[in-house]
Amino acid sequence: MQKESPIREPLILGDKSYHDITIDVAKPVLAKANKMWWIVFGISLILFVWWILSVGYTIGTGIGVWGLNKTVGWAWDITNFVWWVGIGHAGTLISAVLLLFRQKWRLSINRSAEAMTIFAVVQAGTFPLLHMGRPWLAYWVFPIPNNFGSLWVNFNSPLLWDVFAISTYFSVSFVFWYVGLIPDFAMIRDKVNEKYWPLRKKVYSILSFGWSGRAKDWQRFEEVSLVLAGLATPLVFSVHSIVSFDFATSVIPGWHTTIFPPYFVAGAVFSGFAMVQTLLLVMRKVVGLEAYITIKHVEYMNIVIMLTGNLVGIAYLTELFMAWYSGVEFEQYAFLNRATGPYWWAYWIMMTCNVISPQLMWFKKLRTNIVFTFILALFVNIGMWFERFVIIVTSIHRDYLPSSWTMFSPTFVDIGIFVGSIGFFFVLFLLYSRTFPVIAQAELKTIVKSSSEKYKSKRHE
Amino acid sequence: MSKKVIYGIFDDEEILLNSVKEVRSNGIVIKEVYSPFPIHGLDHVLGLKRTRLAIAAFIYGAIGCVTAIWLTYYIMILDWPMNIGGKPSFAYYLSMPAFVPVIFEMTVLFSAHLMVITYLFKCKLFPGQKSSSPDPRTTDDRFLIEIESDDEKKISSILNKTGVTEINVKEIS
Repeated sequence: MQKESPIREPLILGDKSYHDITIDVAKPVLAKANKMWWIVFGISLILFVWWILSVGYTIGTGIGVWGLNKTVGWAWDITNFVWWVGIGHAGTLISAVLLLFRQKWRLSINRSAEAMTIFAVVQAGTFPLLHMGRPWLAYWVFPIPNNFGSLWVNFNSPLLWDVFAISTYFSVSFVFWYVGLIPDFAMIRDKVNEKYWPLRKKVYSILSFGWSGRAKDWQRFEEVSLVLAGLATPLVFSVHSIVSFDFATSVIPGWHTTIFPPYFVAGAVFSGFAMVQTLLLVMRKVVGLEAYITIKHVEYMNIVIMLTGNLVGIAYLTELFMAWYSGVEFEQYAFLNRATGPYWWAYWIMMTCNVISPQLMWFKKLRTNIVFTFILALFVNIGMWFERFVIIVTSIHRDYLPSSWTMFSPTFVDIGIFVGSIGFFFVLFLLYSRTFPVIAQAELKTIVKSSSEKYKSKRHE
Repeated sequence: MSKKVIYGIFDDEEILLNSVKEVRSNGIVIKEVYSPFPIHGLDHVLGLKRTRLAIAAFIYGAIGCVTAIWLTYYIMILDWPMNIGGKPSFAYYLSMPAFVPVIFEMTVLFSAHLMVITYLFKCKLFPGQKSSSPDPRTTDDRFLIEIESDDEKKISSILNKTGVTEINVKEIS
């Protein structure tokens, strides 16, 4: 058995036995939803309907219904795409990178963080798909032998790298998530009373793949989790690096920089952790998981937010320095225009939310405060959306010819697809929180003896 | 004497580990151990061999890597070389840096998916499979040792000595 220093704060509060963990995780699945859940679900569903209408209108009429023009050909769609993919990165970071570093605190949050990853990548995927204009031809992005004119895909293009990166990332994250879910579905299957809930029993039997917890199965389970974590770690870094290549390999001033990959990855982790905070602070309250997602967990995540926020801040300053130091006047203008041009407000929202506000996390009192954390997480989410908007729109709205200079204004369809995607995301997440084991209970039980309050105080006596 | 299956049920994984050691040192074969979570050191005590899934994952990754190299070579150099942005596809080694992201992603894709498929196949996990656990509490907080033997008394005494909480016996054939 592993021992842990008594100075370390416990990761499971209260007098929890193995059985208590089972009950606490199975409860939200087996019990009825409360009023709060229905209210939030209702609002999300309305936004989701708005999304469906906006998407239907876009597909039916064409992307001319968006606010794009000849100069600004990429705007909210790619902003939203990068924003959602970035949010997804925190889930993989928590489940894979923290597994490799043997960080036990990941165990009570990894399941929900991974769910967030998958739902966020689903949202992200819709934007390039819609921007194709004819989404029913989306399979043309895959290298399929064909005889309809255009020949093969172009492997030199970062947009094609994106296709491979995002589809690999989505499918591998999903598989990683599901491998961990199998034993927990089995627990719920065994908790459902067949007499009252025959259908539920059947559904969870199918979902659990007949898991029975044999010694050899567990040995293989641990090996598979470890190797998947080892694969997912470079994968998550590669995905946002490749997303940044969409910009960095172009010759647009403000995009054509070599610091983009690390800068984007840090930003992705930053925004992802903010979204994890937003979701989990609400969920721990509504589902009653305060004993598992403790203030300590919140503090650890806030430290990651602070660290990555500072990395992003350094990247912003490096960009400014390089623009000046390069001596390229177009590059210098691009950055001067960002900070003082017509989109100055977007730039300063980004700076305030992403660089200044995380500095408050230096104070222990603030980073262990739930309400403050929640508000700061919202700020970070907004700031990171504006970061992508600033990078994308301010770099292209001043074209090479001043006669093409223009501004971008979104239409109600742009707004509908963006706000609606948040609704869609919450619909998925809320359904998940009612039907899935939201904590990786099987793995959490392995740290009860080393890190729970009960056993820690017992050993201390 | 007819053969019997003896289920020893425990409520603590450390007691179970000691019991497994004790039972095996008496020369009794343990058919299976069911537990709600992975127990550190159980595979060693049970004498299970190391799983070779990681080696399989490496081989799958190598297959993915070679597939991606072949795919990019065939499409970009062999089948239809194109002049893209003034950078014609003359030879693979010249264009290869642009293919690294795709080669990497395909390596991960093959490795992860084929390993998980192998894992599900080896553990006989698939939709519609029935749980083989004799007691549904083994996904909650109970640990179960399954022994097939005709000497029920001897096994019961060993299990009782090591702190079993419950013994169930089932006749087979």
